[in-house]
Amino acid sequence: MNFLSIFVAVPLLMLLGLWLVKGQNGIRAVMVAGSTILLIAAAVLTVMFLQERAVNDAEMLFTASFDWIKPLHIKYSVGVDGISVAMLLLSAVIVFTGTFVSWDMNKEYFLWFTLLSAGVFGFFISIDMFTMFMFYEVALIPMYLLIGVWGTGKKEYAAMKLTLMLMGGSAFLMCGIFGIFYGAGGETMNIVDIANQTNGAHAIPVEVQHIWFPLTFAGFGVLGALFPFHTWSPDGHASAPTAVSMLHAGVLMKLGGYGCFRIAMYLMPQGAQDLGWIFLILTGISVVYGAFSACVQTDLKYINAYSSVSHCGLVLFGILMVNQVAATGAVIQMLSHGLTTALFFALIGMIYGRTHTRDIREMSGLMRIMPFLAVCYVIAGLANLGLPGFSGFVAEMTIFVGAFEHADTFHRFLTIAGCTSIVITAVYILRLVGKVLYGTATNEHHLHLTDARWEERFAVICLIFCIAALGTAPLWVSNMIGTGVAPIVDHISSFATNASFNPFF
Amino acid sequence: MDYSQFLFMREELSLLAVILIIFIADLFMSKEPRDGKPAQGSSIGIVACILLGIHTLANLVPFCEDMKIEQTAFGGMYVHTAMMTIVKSVLNVGTLVVFLMANGWLQRAENRVKQGEFYIITLFTVLGMYFMISSGHFLMFFIGLELASVPLAALIAFDKWRYESAEAGAKFILLALFSSALLLYGVSLIYGITGTLYFGQIGAILTGLSDNLLLAVLGLTLFIAGMGFKISLVPFHLWTADTYEGAPTVVTGYLSVVSKGSAAFVLMTVLMKAFADTTLSSQWNIGLFWLIVASITIANIFAIQQKNLKRFMAFSAISQAGYLVLAVMGGTAQGMTALVYYLLVYMVADLGVFAILNVVEQKSGKICMDDYNGLYETNPKLAFLMTLCLFSLAGIPPFAGMFSKFFVFMAAFNAGYQWLVLIALVNTVISLYYYLLIVKAMYINKSDSPVPAFKSDAYTKIALVICIAGVVLAGIIGVAYNYIDTFAYGME
Repeated sequence: MNFLSIFVAVPLLMLLGLWLVKGQNGIRAVMVAGSTILLIAAAVLTVMFLQERAVNDAEMLFTASFDWIKPLHIKYSVGVDGISVAMLLLSAVIVFTGTFVSWDMNKEYFLWFTLLSAGVFGFFISIDMFTMFMFYEVALIPMYLLIGVWGTGKKEYAAMKLTLMLMGGSAFLMCGIFGIFYGAGGETMNIVDIANQTNGAHAIPVEVQHIWFPLTFAGFGVLGALFPFHTWSPDGHASAPTAVSMLHAGVLMKLGGYGCFRIAMYLMPQGAQDLGWIFLILTGISVVYGAFSACVQTDLKYINAYSSVSHCGLVLFGILMVNQVAATGAVIQMLSHGLTTALFFALIGMIYGRTHTRDIREMSGLMRIMPFLAVCYVIAGLANLGLPGFSGFVAEMTIFVGAFEHADTFHRFLTIAGCTSIVITAVYILRLVGKVLYGTATNEHHLHLTDARWEERFAVICLIFCIAALGTAPLWVSNMIGTGVAPIVDHISSFATNASFNPFF
Repeated sequence: MDYSQFLFMREELSLLAVILIIFIADLFMSKEPRDGKPAQGSSIGIVACILLGIHTLANLVPFCEDMKIEQTAFGGMYVHTAMMTIVKSVLNVGTLVVFLMANGWLQRAENRVKQGEFYIITLFTVLGMYFMISSGHFLMFFIGLELASVPLAALIAFDKWRYESAEAGAKFILLALFSSALLLYGVSLIYGITGTLYFGQIGAILTGLSDNLLLAVLGLTLFIAGMGFKISLVPFHLWTADTYEGAPTVVTGYLSVVSKGSAAFVLMTVLMKAFADTTLSSQWNIGLFWLIVASITIANIFAIQQKNLKRFMAFSAISQAGYLVLAVMGGTAQGMTALVYYLLVYMVADLGVFAILNVVEQKSGKICMDDYNGLYETNPKLAFLMTLCLFSLAGIPPFAGMFSKFFVFMAAFNAGYQWLVLIALVNTVISLYYYLLIVKAMYINKSDSPVPAFKSDAYTKIALVICIAGVVLAGIIGVAYNYIDTFAYGME
């Protein structure tokens, strides 16, 4: 049994435990125990990884592989590099805090919640395309019931829209996986093996890459909230229960960016270089459009959901730049956005649980009524707009510096356009904070509300701690991620671009 | 004559023995409940289930090494390969599940006197499917086909006092005979060209055929049309919805899985053997291509609008048949494995749904989508199991349905039908929508008069255990696919 499989085994044991226990305290005990083990496992893995990385420069570490469906070369293969370790750490933190945020939920809710986290962890440890795809879908479907049953607002519509759009994306993705598998000779599903099958030319013919790269990228891009496939995200996030919003925006949307980078771009480098410009324009639109949309929303969750579209756009924007600095920045942005958004959604959930409204026009002066939540909200807002000292600054700075390294007009123009989103983010965050938190409390129903309970404070403080840690000491994370990004970026840029495919550079 | 060739027919012989034992036992067993109390289950039902279980297990044990290679009996009329044993075993398991879930329905006062007939008629259709699967000659094939479809009409009209059931039976028999006639005409055209009815010889003669090609294509088309009726592919599907709705729920389950699955497998083996010629195979690939696109798309669109869940499952079954036939494309060994595996996985999931539909219908008489509103509140376990089966049908991992779809698509993709795979994949999203409608009804919708809480009978529970075990384990444990794959063979 490989160490990495713990990340799948623990959620499965948690499912079993949840099934067996009775009573709210039993459920809580199982969830807290399980998510603590996951968090510890992720921390231990990080330490082990850093030690091993110092002496071993193989692309994937701690690899293990078991035959699963032999005739089709499908294996259960696991392994991690710097990127996946960072993602596992993020997932563990979000699942851990999500447990505390959804303290009062019932057993069925936690069953689906745990299944969702099993899918997420499984996705990040696998390096076999089939295994990866399976975990990807495992992570998607619980969303339907989590939103549909425990959500708020127009939950049925949102749940169905989210599920169908994401499953539509995964339909393209499945086709893309077949294209990669058979394009590369149909011998292996292992990502690293396919990428290294090069002898001069790439194993997958260029024409084949040109067909399947856009499909695969768009398939993952749906989950990464790529414009124009992002429309599920605001509705879904707004309707989802708090912890599900956290997990979904915090971790699940990262599956999209991770998959785009690891499968679509890494395995089809020529396709990525020739056709990447189309997606680069789309992500540019995502970044700016998401930020502008957030400005005009009146629902707290919608504001944050559109903000997510903008920030997740930056992730894809960074990886499409295909250079070391920008791609590293993109992965840090995944971490940073995951933590910040999770914090935001957690706080919104707590505020909504008290005020029973998320409409910013009906709220004001909450700072006096619930000071703890309000202060944390301000912190989250500042982290979101990229204040130095918080993780958002590190991530965005790195992405834009990396993007500006491209000397041509096309990339520079897009970079400048992307930078404007920082200003727009500041506009909607500051406006929101001023309106909702400061001033006098006008709504008399809100005067007697209480501040956060202990488990809520605990979750929030954990998240703030992570954000501040990432913002003040980013170097070790960025170095770790850099070791994962470097081989992929080098691999992609080692293939020449076919200039006739790209009108811009 | 070498009598040892009868040994190759051991599946048919042991099934025949089962039928005869049930037939005789039925004569001596009491039909009425003892002490005036309604019986939990009837003794004849137990006998049938146990015998079928023994029969299934016994046939899975290979009794000699020869079983692995192709064996023929009676001058090539009867063919046996290990793959056929697998398919027959899959059909056995399906029939066993149907028998288990039929128990409650057969205990009703109006059915109690004829419960023996149900088992015997059903097993006769299974016997017909056996012969159809193992045929090496068109006459044998046709006898099997008729044996498999004519008694079905009796099963469909089993609730004969119910107007819909009788009407469905009449519809089925008329259309089944019509399709048989079409098929027979196609076969006669092939006979006219080749002068033989043996699949192997037809294949040899048709290879490199230059004159009479048009006639051969016509014969092939009629053959596919006839099989299309049995598998209920669009546009030969018009009987399906009405028949499925009218037939007793148990029989609908049987129709949608066992009878359909065997026909799809036979379609594949006959096409691969008799029409393997390059010109002809490109013809049937084109034909199947459009049949699949039409079946999957049209059935999906119709399924969305259905309110009656039996009609709903009928359209779902048509679209699933499209995916099943997707594996036939190209006639590869990989496709054959994918087909049989898909059949197995589809069978457990679909029968799981039907077992629940059936038990709810028996207990409350409700069968419409709106009746399932709020089922989760009253019968949470049943709703949960139904959700698992529906997820498997829709192809959601970690349930087996996703694996089977993945493998079928992979086989078709490898055979060179990338765009067909893409169309089918987009359709899986549509199908997910309507499967989720039921999930939504059970979990999210509120109802004023939900299905009352009830306890299912022991037989239904066993049936559900078999189905859920299949749904959960058949995918994750790769053994099933690996095992089936060792017996698969392709066109070349």
